[in-house]
Amino acid sequence: MDDLYKAIADPTRRAILDELVERDEQSLFELCGRLIMKHGISSSRQAISQHLEILESAGLIIVRREGRYKFHSFNGEPLKAIAKRWPTNETRR
Amino acid sequence: MRISMSSVPVDDQAKALSFYTEKLGFQTKHDIPLGEHRWITVVSPEDPDGTELALEPDEHPAVRPFKSALVADGIPFTAFAVEDTAAEHERLEALGVRFTQKPTDLGTVITAVFDDTCGNLIMIMQETSG
Repeated sequence: MDDLYKAIADPTRRAILDELVERDEQSLFELCGRLIMKHGISSSRQAISQHLEILESAGLIIVRREGRYKFHSFNGEPLKAIAKRWPTNETRR
Repeated sequence: MRISMSSVPVDDQAKALSFYTEKLGFQTKHDIPLGEHRWITVVSPEDPDGTELALEPDEHPAVRPFKSALVADGIPFTAFAVEDTAAEHERLEALGVRFTQKPTDLGTVITAVFDDTCGNLIMIMQETSG
């Protein structure tokens, strides 16, 4: 669980998740373009790559390799654990 | 000084010439035998006297690892201007061209990225008023 909280604590990582919710199967290049043009986040590719590793180890993104390409998608499953631990009005019922 | 030529490193010149002419729609400007390779350049039919694109052999040992690393991260080697990114995406996909990035509106530009089948990703971009 610690990995999960750490992963969503960072605003850049939350922006990455926002962009992946909008469209899955994104390359690192597409993500970097979206972050700089839409969020003004001009971190290096290396820095974004490290953010992606943290998100991947928390299970929030899934990396798919296809031939020579590498695509990233959002996976919301781990977030269920949060709603289970602290139920909202909807999840309590 | 002006930029009259650019180039892309290709793994097979014959395959590259057919992709860049038959799929992308460029025209052959030069095709000259040169030892075991050829000197090939293509131009856009919209600008036949404009910038030439050379399809150069990627034989130098440093080039292929460099190209592979770019492709893995989805980074295009170069970019071409288009009037309508969505229309080009549709046209090229119908011809079997593989896109690694579908048309994406980035505010002042709409981009998409495809595989040139010769070891490179290529971006197409349409400038918008934003």
